[in-house]
Amino acid sequence: MGQYLLSTYAVEGEVPGAPRGPEEMKAFMERVVALEDEMEATGTFLFGGALHDPDAATVLRSSEGDVVMTDGPFVEAKEHIAGFYIINADDLDAALAWGRKVVDAIQHPIEVRPFRATGRVQA
Amino acid sequence: MSRTVDVRADAIAVERVFREAYGQAVATLIRLFGDITLAEDGVQDAFVVASDRWRRDGIPPNPAGWIVTTARNRAIDDLRRSARGRDLHEQLGMVAPTSHELGSGEWGEDGPVRDDRLRLMFTCCHPALRPEHRVALTLRLLGGLSVDEVARSFLVSESAMAKRLVRAKYKIKTARIPYRVPDEADLPSRLASVLSVLYLIYNSGLDGPERASLRSEAIRLARALVALMPDEPEAAALLALMLLSESRLPARTVDGALVLLRDQDRTTWDRAMIEEGQAIVRACIRRGRPGPYQLQAAIQAVHCDADSFEVTDWPQIVALYDQLFSVIPTPVVALNRAIAVAEVEGPNAALMTLDAIAPDLDSYHLLHAARGTMLRRLGQRDAAQAAFERAAHLAATDADRRFLAQQIEELAEGGAVMQRPPD
Repeated sequence: MGQYLLSTYAVEGEVPGAPRGPEEMKAFMERVVALEDEMEATGTFLFGGALHDPDAATVLRSSEGDVVMTDGPFVEAKEHIAGFYIINADDLDAALAWGRKVVDAIQHPIEVRPFRATGRVQA
Repeated sequence: MSRTVDVRADAIAVERVFREAYGQAVATLIRLFGDITLAEDGVQDAFVVASDRWRRDGIPPNPAGWIVTTARNRAIDDLRRSARGRDLHEQLGMVAPTSHELGSGEWGEDGPVRDDRLRLMFTCCHPALRPEHRVALTLRLLGGLSVDEVARSFLVSESAMAKRLVRAKYKIKTARIPYRVPDEADLPSRLASVLSVLYLIYNSGLDGPERASLRSEAIRLARALVALMPDEPEAAALLALMLLSESRLPARTVDGALVLLRDQDRTTWDRAMIEEGQAIVRACIRRGRPGPYQLQAAIQAVHCDADSFEVTDWPQIVALYDQLFSVIPTPVVALNRAIAVAEVEGPNAALMTLDAIAPDLDSYHLLHAARGTMLRRLGQRDAAQAAFERAAHLAATDADRRFLAQQIEELAEGGAVMQRPPD
């Protein structure tokens, strides 16, 4: 069994294909909830959720025995991670099949990347 | 007096047989060990033993089986000795048979060896790998080409190609790209990726004499694929397409310049290849499941049927292009269709289509070469010359450039227009 990160990105704060208006948002949430229920029922879902805007981020780095903080995200880029799932899947084909379902539900691109669990979350 | 049978084999024969068996042996070892690098190293070791023993004792009846047995024994020794082996051994439980199965002799020679090669084709051509990596992996692991040979075929340095292969193998291992034939549901799209990799290898072999071996490699791999998937008409059609293209190559260049189909010496076409290709096309048609490779092979089969350019069944070719365009509606298919249309409806009709797709194919030399040909037939000499010059500027191979230079020269002399009045 392997684990995979399925992540989606916002470009300059916008998530392409994101729902607009309450109707679209309701349909979007229904699709996402149904998908997560299916992930849960099949033992696929490990963890996941959406991230707040990178403007809310703080960077900490060790410096001369102290830890200093700076405002803002670590990477200065147009694209920032907007949300992710970590799933269990037998192999890349199985992970890609779940990836397709995620794309169908959220209607924007995702990246599928093998995840190496460490410490407590190790399966 | 006793008669002795000379069983020795020369070095070239050993290398040829070894290469033929390479893909099968690597594929089986990957199944046994679940590790591509270990399989490659084992086969490499086996080659050292083979080049000595086969030359002395003769080539064994089942070379692939011999390589698998030798490589497997070497790899097991290696596994027992090394720390890397112990790590691998622990992982093997999940993806490969146990050491008991490895030692029992039921794997390898007697196992489902044929399926191993098919599995490896699908792994190497997985759509999650970038196309140039699929091509490199296929040539290296299934074709048995050395890293240097693959590198030279694609005009990159050996170290750049080695990096490409390492990166592709890293992704297969880390992302767990499976080593199996896809399910029925995924098969059509996954098979399409395998076919396009083989066709890309074949077409790369057309780009120059130093890359000619890629064509025979592609044909060999396509034959293997057809043997493994005899019920897939598209796989058979890809083989036919390659054979029908290959059969006409002797007539395709004269003195290093491209010769148009119209002017080719058809007596130099390889009849045996044509017959084999046409027989495959006929068998495909009987199945009634047309696809892009079958349609392309059928077009080539019609060309090969004709004793001259003039007696070619052009309406049939246009009809096949219409079908092909409905399956793959790309500007390149439209371009080829337009060239056939010129022979049925004349150059004016063809030129209208070419002008319509020109914005999409502006950087493709064949668009401008086709426009030049039509304009010349319509007697528009200056426009034809400009089109051929643009084509020559964009052409990638010496044969194309020489051909286009000839056209420009003939136009400058005013000869070509005289030879063929506008229709």
